[in-house]
Parts: sequence; structure tokens; C-alpha cells
Amino acid sequence: MADLHRFANPTRFLKLAGYIQPWALAVFLISLSVGLYMSFFTAPADYQQGESARIMYVHVPAAWMAMFCYTIMALASAVSLIWKHPLADVSARSTAPVGAAFTFLALVTGSLWGKPMWGTWWVWDARLTSVLVLLFLYIGYMALQGAFDDRVRAAKASAILALVGFVNVPIIKFSVDWWNTLHQPASVVKMSGSSIHPSMLWPLLIMAIAFKAYYVWILLVRMRSELVANKVRILRLKQVHGG
Amino acid sequence: MKQFAFLVRRDLSLAFRQGMDSLMVVAFFVIAVVLFPLGVGPEPGTLARISSGVIWVAALLSAMLSLERLFQTDYEDGSLELLALSSLPMEVTVLAKVTAHWITTGLPLIIAAPVLAVLMQMETEGFVILIVALLLGTPSLSLIGAVGAALILGSRRGGVLLSLLVLPLYIPILIFGVSAVDGAIGGYEFKAQLLILSGFFIGSLALTPWAGAAGLRQALE
Repeated sequence: MADLHRFANPTRFLKLAGYIQPWALAVFLISLSVGLYMSFFTAPADYQQGESARIMYVHVPAAWMAMFCYTIMALASAVSLIWKHPLADVSARSTAPVGAAFTFLALVTGSLWGKPMWGTWWVWDARLTSVLVLLFLYIGYMALQGAFDDRVRAAKASAILALVGFVNVPIIKFSVDWWNTLHQPASVVKMSGSSIHPSMLWPLLIMAIAFKAYYVWILLVRMRSELVANKVRILRLKQVHGG
Repeated sequence: MKQFAFLVRRDLSLAFRQGMDSLMVVAFFVIAVVLFPLGVGPEPGTLARISSGVIWVAALLSAMLSLERLFQTDYEDGSLELLALSSLPMEVTVLAKVTAHWITTGLPLIIAAPVLAVLMQMETEGFVILIVALLLGTPSLSLIGAVGAALILGSRRGGVLLSLLVLPLYIPILIFGVSAVDGAIGGYEFKAQLLILSGFFIGSLALTPWAGAAGLRQALE
């Protein structure tokens, strides 16, 4: 725990973030170009779904990230409520719009994929509905963040909301196992080993790495700019008070 | 326990003396449901098909509308701070306020529901299950809503924000509530849905007072 507290110091964090940020960007760009090349050219077309199955390489990582971001947000919220780390607040707040964007991307790509495959843009099955609820939770979280003049209150209230909304994440994960849905059940991560062929699994995993790296990069950008904005505000306040 | 009962009685007598609050919730419930036959047309077949869903959605909305005042008045006149200073744990305070809220809004909705079911041409097989499902579902609505009501204290645009926070969390109750009633009407199994609704109730009874109390504490800081 002591090590964690060391990095809770914003100045030290800013320094560390400065080192990590270009590397995250590099990993993102390289894995994105490799992943996109593989998913368009080396991965085979699906024998049933044809070329349109390639949308999977965006859809699946986006959906993973949607849940991953909410989990990070809930964890950061718990840390900020329990230990009152200032950085935990900032990271939860910075994660929310990114997670909402990934959720939206997963819904849109799923819808585009659903039209040729299921014959409809949208079905009200358990997986789609619970992901839609996740999007609403992100929006509610961001709305609550913006509804207070006092930033400390905003952070606390939305942290509690993030923790309450976390019940939805396991529901999304297991919705395809609990209910008989049109959405296909889990095939990449399961106890009996992955049921997806390596020629399709590799581009998928590389795209997932690209999305993760993008998240790390954008999170650091957002956190750094927020910390700098805080500094600017404090300096301004000092000026006003004749410091 | 004595303090709990006292707090419930206090809220109930406040609600009854001010009178109109719970009546207004029921009036909203009735009007919202009545809009549907006028909107989708009066064919009995269509109305019967959507009756359970419409009644549940209207119940959700009316429960939500009344939530804003759950802690707001006490927050504004300072009695919430006195309650926080008393020996009563905050969680019990939340539970007492939720109980009073359910008695003044949830219960009248359940009483009004059969009448609306008649207006919506619902098959008589569904009536009992509709009441049972509402009995199991509406307490969870009040409990989950209390968390949202605590979080928005002192914010700008409280009411609209509250709907954004609370309605997504209401969705599971809506789904299983409607499917229990539809099951009873169609002659299918409906016990599982009722059990799941009871599960939601017990789960939110155990968890939401803590979240609500945490929300109130941060509002009072």
C-alpha cells in the first residue's frame, strides 16, 4: 500500500505519466496498424458470415473496453471514497467519457453487424439491453459530475453512483449464459479454452491491446490536463486573493 | 426500533397533513395510464396486450416523480442534519424515510392499479399477479430511488438528473414485473419472475440503505 501512496502524489504522478504516455501512444499506433492489417487481410472471412464478420475486430474489443472502463471507474471510485486519494477521483472522472465512447462504439458496430446477420438493427435481448443500461449509467455518472458547483461533492456523489451501478457489469458479462439470447455466447474467454480459431483470435487480441493502449494514453492525457487545469485554477485564486 | 417507528410516524403525519402529495402521485399515475388508450386507440385487443407494460411504466415514473421530495424538504429546513446528529444510525434513518415514502406513494399506486387494469382491458387472470408483482416491486423502487434522491441533494437541476440516475437501475424490476403479469395472463409459468422480484427486494433492502446513508453523509459535509 505504501508504494501506491507514493504514486498518489500528483507531482510524482505527472512525472511518471510523462514517461509512460509516449510509450502508450507508440504501442497503440503499432498494434492498431498491425491489428487492422491482420483483420482486413490475413484473417479469413467467416464461412457463414462472409466479409462482414470482420467488424468483430472492432466490436468485441470495444465491448470489452466498455466493461473494463466501468470496472476501473468503480475501483477508482472505491479508492477515492475509502482512502480519499485525489488522483483516484481524477482517474474515475477521466475514465467516464472514454468508457461511454467505447460503449457507444460497441452498440453502433453491433447494430451494423446485426443488420446483415440477424436482419435487424436492434433486438431487445439481455446482452444488448444491459449494454444500453451501461451507456445510461455512464451518462448519469457524467451528468452527476457536472451538476455540482463544489467539485469535492461532485466527486463523492458520483463515486457512490459508480459503485451502485457496478451491479450491471456482471449482468452484462453473464447475460449470454443466463438467458437464451440472439447474441452469441462467450467464445474467446471460457473455462474449456477458446473456441475461436487462432487465425481470427490473433487479430482480435492485437486489436484489444491497441484499444487498451489507447485507453492508457487518453487517460494519461486527460488526467494530466485536469491536474494542470487544477494548478491554473489555484494560481488564479492566489492572484485574486493577492497572494 | 422505537426511533425508527417514530421517524416513520413523523413522515407519515407530515405527508397526511400536507395532504396533496400522495394524491398527486396517484393522479399522475392514473393520467399517465389514461393517455395510452387515447394515444394508441381504444381497440380492446391492443390495450390488453400492452396493459401490464403501461401500468408498470406509469408506476415507475410516478414512484420516481415523488422521490425528489424524499430528502429535499428535510435537507432544506435542516432537520436532516439533526437526524444525522441523533443516535440513530444514518442507514436506519434512510430505511425509515423509505418506509414512509413507500406507504405514501407505493401503496396508493397498488390500490389504484386494478382499476387501471380494468380501464386497460387487462384479462382478469392477470389482476392478482399484477398486485403481487407491484407489492414485491414497488418497495425496491423506493429503496433504489432513495440512493438517487440522496445523491442529488444540493445539485443543480435535481429532478431531471434524478430520472437519469434512477431509471436505468429500475429497468430490471420493470422487465420481471411485466413478464410475471404477462406470464399469468398467457397461462405460462410466473413463479420464477416473482421470486426474482423478491430477490431484488431483499438485495436492495440489504444494500441500498448503506449507499443512501453514504450519499446523505456526503451531502451534509
